[in-house]
Amino acid sequence: MKTDPAGVLTGAHYLDGDFACGEGAMAAGCRFVAGYPITPSTEVVERISRRFPMMGGTFIQMEDELASMAAVVGASWTGTKCLTVTSGPGFSLMMENIGLAAMMETPCVVVDVQRGGPSTGLPTMVGQADMMQARWGSHGDYELIALCPQSPQEAFDLMIDAFNLSEIYRIPVMFMMDECVGHMTEKVVIPEADQIEIVPRKLTSQTPEEFLPYRVNGGYVPEFARAGDGYRFHTTGLTHNEHGYPVMSAECQEQNVRRLIYKIRDNADQIVRFEDDGVDGADIVLVTYGITARVAQMAMEMAREQGVKVGMMRLIIAWPFPEKRIKELAGKIKAFVVPEVNYGQMVLEVQRCAEGLAPAVLVSHGGGGVHEPETIVEAIMGAAK
Amino acid sequence: MTDVAETCVQENPVERYLRMDRIPHIWCPGCGIGTTVNCFARAIEQADVDLEKLAIVSGIGCTGRVAGYLNFDSFHTTHGRAIPFATGLKLANPDLKVVVYSGDGDLVAIGGNHFIHAARRNADLTVICVNNFNYAMTGGQAAPTTPLDAMGTTAPYGVCERPFNLPFLAKSCGAVYVARWTTYHVRQITKAMVEAMNKDGFSFVEIISPCPTLYERRNRLGSGLDRMKWFKENSVIKNGSDTRNIDIAYQQPIICGKFVDIDRPSLLEVTEAKIGDIRGKQRWADVSRRQKKSIEQTE
Repeated sequence: MKTDPAGVLTGAHYLDGDFACGEGAMAAGCRFVAGYPITPSTEVVERISRRFPMMGGTFIQMEDELASMAAVVGASWTGTKCLTVTSGPGFSLMMENIGLAAMMETPCVVVDVQRGGPSTGLPTMVGQADMMQARWGSHGDYELIALCPQSPQEAFDLMIDAFNLSEIYRIPVMFMMDECVGHMTEKVVIPEADQIEIVPRKLTSQTPEEFLPYRVNGGYVPEFARAGDGYRFHTTGLTHNEHGYPVMSAECQEQNVRRLIYKIRDNADQIVRFEDDGVDGADIVLVTYGITARVAQMAMEMAREQGVKVGMMRLIIAWPFPEKRIKELAGKIKAFVVPEVNYGQMVLEVQRCAEGLAPAVLVSHGGGGVHEPETIVEAIMGAAK
Repeated sequence: MTDVAETCVQENPVERYLRMDRIPHIWCPGCGIGTTVNCFARAIEQADVDLEKLAIVSGIGCTGRVAGYLNFDSFHTTHGRAIPFATGLKLANPDLKVVVYSGDGDLVAIGGNHFIHAARRNADLTVICVNNFNYAMTGGQAAPTTPLDAMGTTAPYGVCERPFNLPFLAKSCGAVYVARWTTYHVRQITKAMVEAMNKDGFSFVEIISPCPTLYERRNRLGSGLDRMKWFKENSVIKNGSDTRNIDIAYQQPIICGKFVDIDRPSLLEVTEAKIGDIRGKQRWADVSRRQKKSIEQTE
């Protein structure tokens, strides 16, 4: 279905990544946002809180990020598309109710504009060190989807996809921005509303008598009933059966959690998304994401000038990780080079998926800045020897 | 005879509000939580509530299980987060009547920050707190409501901290309705629940409950029945009391009653008025222009 034009600021704009992200959410049909101020993400909610009244959206500034995430999960049960926005320290607090969203199968989107960490770290400066936290941060086993925009335009475009994916799979979707992408200002083209395809909440067509909130009939994703529609359903963060009732047993755990995991794993081929540049025939493949992809672009060109056959695989969706593609490339190339603004996170995934067929070389940066392209070139030259 | 037989097969009047497929419940004999649920089921009949629009939100703990037994849209959320979850639910669909039903540890220890802020912003929620003076689900640990000197499994020599006076906390943060009763006072509880649900804004009912398995046993206060007798003999009804003077001390009389019943614009009322204002003003070209201009400036 096409999106509600009320949220779409059609035209060419000069926006920073945070504003573009906010515009993307509104264009995607998001109408409830709960947030707590944190640098470098606050501009997203500043933008939304200004524009929301004109489109019937509700913004509330909560008392902390625990509350923001809880409010978002609650609001989503009215069928409203919901968003919260934060950075590392707040992301840590949100983990509790991200787990609840995963367990209750509640669609929502969480933006993390990454800054340097750990702890308070570098509030105003870039980091990419929350990538593993996005995947594993809440306790227990679950799967989710994480996207990594590399520009304000992508912050807008991918936001639409983030909301759509959260609806399709009924999961919390992580939107892994970074301070550079959040604060860089570039041209952002926002299409007409009738050019924006959105996925509405899949409301059940069953009667309240037949409806069970977690019955999937052999599928992966249950139908949704909104609060107030007369279904009188129950949902819980406890391990539950298809009635949504808690059942404390290994059998119920297996039924419940296996489906949470496999609704993503079995659909990973459809979900994974990356962009290749000169990967075919390359000896060295850069695996990058977010702002680092743009720095690596220059490094790649510099290395090519020196005669190295180097390509780049840019992760647009980091989780689920493109395992098959990495393994396939590993058999054909000399090495992967993985620059990231952390001390080695996604490189571990590359190493795992390469299964020893090709080494994966980390080019780390602790945060507070981005790589010098020369540092990446050096790593490429070293790996190409 | 016929009359007796008909009486015998009659449905329990509260059954229709319960998930009977989940009975028996998990609460211990003598526990007061079930009593409060019974009161609640009777209260919703009297309150001005559309039952299809009623949502119950609980946190974690013994009282946290209430949501799972009430036959309405019901949410068993994370520890301490029932209030913010409920706030989101209510704001995203103001047609819902949202009741938070949870325990003292959940609402005022781990959830204490949310409690005070929901009262401050006068969120349109009714909060029912069953206060059994301890963390019962995890085995009788001391809570921020355990009276000074009372024992808990994590306070084997008696609690060293002053407990919260919940009505005072709620009132001072801005609640528009505040009452405290014990599970002995079933009629008053029911009435308080009705009044609380009929209020716009943040209404709060504290219900002191026995926990014979843990709190009473550890403190040698007898059975659930003994405790009800104690509540009967040691509750002092003082409607309109200054909430500053109703602290609960170990084995001292418990002051009950309705302490606050005032009107103050609720979060939704204020929000809707302001947003209506923003939209209304937009019709005038100059404001609209300013609005557009300010958006452009932020770009």
